[in-house]
Amino acid sequence: MAMQFLASFVGGCLIGLAVTVLLIGNGRIAGISGILGGLVARDRARLWINGSFVVGLLLGPVVYRAVSGAWPAASITTSLPLLIVGGLLVGFGTRLGSGCTSGHGVVGLARLSPRSIAAVVTFMAAAVVTVFLMRVAGLS
Amino acid sequence: MMARLLIGLVAGLIFGFGLALSGMLDPARVRGFLDVTGAWDPSLAFVLAGAVIVSALGQAWARGRATPFFDKQFDWPATRPVTTRLIVGSALFGIGWGLVGLCPGPAIAGLSLGLAPIAIFAAAMIVGMVLFTLLPERAR
Repeated sequence: MAMQFLASFVGGCLIGLAVTVLLIGNGRIAGISGILGGLVARDRARLWINGSFVVGLLLGPVVYRAVSGAWPAASITTSLPLLIVGGLLVGFGTRLGSGCTSGHGVVGLARLSPRSIAAVVTFMAAAVVTVFLMRVAGLS
Repeated sequence: MMARLLIGLVAGLIFGFGLALSGMLDPARVRGFLDVTGAWDPSLAFVLAGAVIVSALGQAWARGRATPFFDKQFDWPATRPVTTRLIVGSALFGIGWGLVGLCPGPAIAGLSLGLAPIAIFAAAMIVGMVLFTLLPERAR
């Protein structure tokens, strides 16, 4: 258990390092929803910069497998309708709210941005309530 | 341009590797954190702590520089007030995040695991982002 928490902490530090590399190198805030939103909106000026980050993001778990010898665990039991509704809400909501766990969470909280603090409190609370209601309703 | 692409690729790769190491590619672990009335899993708090600490150090480093290494300027987010739009968007995101346990970073990095539910969620998420671009200019 302690090893698992250590891995989580070190993994988190690497996420902070990744954000730092993008900021100090390219001057860009590593908000994943912002980067994806730029690609979706066909932001030509940033097409290659955003695209290279996404390619790296996809390669991350592949390198992890090469190093550790196993794919990272991922168990997902959500029903098809909820997967689709959840995906639509995450895509639309992160764009409307100008950020997700990376932009508002990792970057915004670190700079004590009032907007990011408000966003993180809101999406954490909404997620906790959603999981609680699903438990009450017997959904997983 | 090549340097910026390489920075994007490396930052994305470290981010994706960090997600894999941290256990946050597993929706069950993320939902375990959000499930405060069940068998609570604090892993996500360790991830966020590590990420925010390193991100704060990185941002302090960047603040001390006039320009990033490979671009003309830093893209610091403009200081804006907390708006209804921010709160509504974050709440919608939180509901989707709670339903499935995936946010934008793990949804994309997780595609490398080759699991159908993650691919379905990511596709719906992109559709959600496309729907956002269809909003009238004023609402964005």
